[in-house]
Amino acid sequence: MKESYDWILKQLPYSEPFLFVEEILNISDKGIEGSYRFSPDLDIYKGHFKNKPVTPGVILTECCAQIGLVCLGIYLLGKKSELENVAIGMSSSQMDFLIPVYPGEQVRVISELVYFRFQKLKCEVKMYNENDKLVCKGVLAGMIGVANE
Amino acid sequence: MLKEEKYQKLKDIIKIYLPEDVSVTDIAQDSHFMNDLNINSANLVDIVLDVEDAFDIRLENEDIEKMQTVNDAMAIIDAKLAEN
Repeated sequence: MKESYDWILKQLPYSEPFLFVEEILNISDKGIEGSYRFSPDLDIYKGHFKNKPVTPGVILTECCAQIGLVCLGIYLLGKKSELENVAIGMSSSQMDFLIPVYPGEQVRVISELVYFRFQKLKCEVKMYNENDKLVCKGVLAGMIGVANE
Repeated sequence: MLKEEKYQKLKDIIKIYLPEDVSVTDIAQDSHFMNDLNINSANLVDIVLDVEDAFDIRLENEDIEKMQTVNDAMAIIDAKLAEN
């Protein structure tokens, strides 16, 4: 793991079993690239689907949001202010799903900033599998700010 | 630009972001964006961004904080247009 992005991962308000960020590969003011491997041991595979495990679209969306919105948002905020508590909420998601992601697969999320104004962060996201095939894509937006309580 | 024209332009923007349980006719000058029109903070940002484009102005953080009602928005638009 690249040392320079460690502080972003530490600020993430998630933990197992709902952390879907493993590594940040690249980050700038304009976007981010990160990766995650879906462990075959995840509980969700027991029920989605019965005897035929496939990663749910909602989880792919969450993975895109955690990397594409939250990690990027922390980076953008962090450059300006000291982060005490990151307060976040997803406000909209529009996603298309093209191919399935099976247990054990590693995915790569690329997110490009549309805008970040008045605490609203909007991004265009794309997720690729290990064969660089587009898994899903869409537009995500959320509110992200710092609550210094 | 006439006041009526400005109000109409603003209403045309607001109506895009109204939830299904609020109709265009519910928009009044003293409507509170969040309490009366059920517009959330994320959609309020969209309204602000559309207002910036429509009126060719730029709003700051303190402007959006003051923008509670349709009247507030009108006043902010007037002030920004006067600066230009």
